[in-house]
Amino acid sequence: MVLIGVAIVIVGFIIRMNPLLVVTIAGLVTGLIAQQSLYEIIEQFGQAFTTNRYMAVFIATLPVIGLLERFGLREQAENVVSKIKAATTGRIITAYFIIREAAAAVGLTSIGGHAQMVRPLVAPMAEGAAEAKYGKLPDDVRDKIRAHSAAADNIGVFFGEDVFVAIGAILLMKGFFDQNNIPSDPLKMALWAIPTAIAALIVHCIRLYLLDRSLQKQLGAGKNVPLEQGKEE
Amino acid sequence: MIISIEWVYIFLGLIAVCGSFYTFVDKKNPRRITSGLFYLLYGISLLLGSVIPPFFMGLLVLVMVAIVGAGGLKLGSYGEASREERIQNRNRLGHKLFIPALLIPILTVAGATGMKDVKIGELFIFDPKNITLVALGVATLIALIVGLWMTKSAPAVAVKESRRLLEAIGWAAVLPQMLATLGTIFNTAGVGSVVSNLVSQVIPTHSLFWVVFAYCIGMALFTMVMGNAFAAFPVMTAGIAVPLLIGQFGVDANHLAAIGMFAGYCGTLMTPMAANFNIVPAALLDLKDKNHVIRVQIPTALIILAVNIVLMYCFSL
Repeated sequence: MVLIGVAIVIVGFIIRMNPLLVVTIAGLVTGLIAQQSLYEIIEQFGQAFTTNRYMAVFIATLPVIGLLERFGLREQAENVVSKIKAATTGRIITAYFIIREAAAAVGLTSIGGHAQMVRPLVAPMAEGAAEAKYGKLPDDVRDKIRAHSAAADNIGVFFGEDVFVAIGAILLMKGFFDQNNIPSDPLKMALWAIPTAIAALIVHCIRLYLLDRSLQKQLGAGKNVPLEQGKEE
Repeated sequence: MIISIEWVYIFLGLIAVCGSFYTFVDKKNPRRITSGLFYLLYGISLLLGSVIPPFFMGLLVLVMVAIVGAGGLKLGSYGEASREERIQNRNRLGHKLFIPALLIPILTVAGATGMKDVKIGELFIFDPKNITLVALGVATLIALIVGLWMTKSAPAVAVKESRRLLEAIGWAAVLPQMLATLGTIFNTAGVGSVVSNLVSQVIPTHSLFWVVFAYCIGMALFTMVMGNAFAAFPVMTAGIAVPLLIGQFGVDANHLAAIGMFAGYCGTLMTPMAANFNIVPAALLDLKDKNHVIRVQIPTALIILAVNIVLMYCFSL
């Protein structure tokens, strides 16, 4: 019975109702099925909303990023990469991806982020590199480049951070095993995270290489083909 | 401590509340009153979260959802700088524009690592439990001051610009918190144990490979439902890994946990429930399809999930 809430979420997302509404309804219904009173459910909403305020911390970056955008930060980022001949969309995102994963692996998870790095710097640079090569980009290509910039941030930080011993995930696992009287060692958990971290690095770098290839295939035949095209390996 | 996480929330709240005043008087917004109310309430929830009793906070949240549900949240006009203006300004400032932007990560890292044990008297300067978040808050404030000084702008400009960005994100800004709420309700209602029972009923428990397979796939699927691998880990591990993998096959807990958590992360990459990673960025980057980031991530996530199953199986032999 309690799975009805899960079903509501899935159906809601499929018929493209507003997710905020779907989630609220799913929460109310699940609570009622579990025989909680309306007062309790609303109290839980308030409680959880308050304890999870840390998820809104990206808002802190908006004033300064917005201000800098007004003064041309994104245009400047596009401009810088367009002067570098070797810069391609895939290579820029790859560079950011590798830095992001490596930094996370040594515990510096706060070095990236969507609001402070991807929107003002990485995405404009990746777009700028493509524009310098192929001229003005169609909207769908622009969206694809932006989505790849955001994806690189996520994948980099996810598969990098567990290599660091003192990260939340490792502490959570250690706590779980301690509770169940099963011996575990944070250092070994971090070491066992390395093979997957390397696999993620390789797989995603290949995908970004393929992104360059697909951009070349899609846009390379256009009228804005510059001479450097032949240098692509 | 001297600077606690509450101060950061107050900063966030002020940004939203100040922005909402402009929304109330934005004549170009067809629903300026309800839109303004949405951001005002959101700001209040951030600003006074520790003071308002949970029940009233819950009502406040429901009002926000009702505004969104009734179509009361609309965009207005933001007096954006034209491309010509931006390029003209850019030529004046050039590379200096990068300074405040790069100050954010540099100061955050410096604050989070360098200020860890710094005290004045008996008091920590930064809240040691939330050091990264506090460092980020302080870093953005310093970067903002430097930015205002460099561009010779009034603080009101920054408020207006943050309103432009926040309203472009719109309801998606609130979604991560709502999803975390749903996760809590799922938990108390016992959704987790139902799912792990279902999974353990359908797998052949005598085969190491299939148990590993079920654990990894289960982690990914349950993470997709909850939007959070941390919520899935205790449930799936207690349901499948501890009785079967550790109990029956004698597998080492360390590699099982490390790889199992990664299998969960593969799920995070594929679900709109992990809104702060997948949906908020799509809104921030102004993507037409809000699931575009997920679409891009799915191939990598599936490949890594397969790699995880193989790795866990090989290490467990």
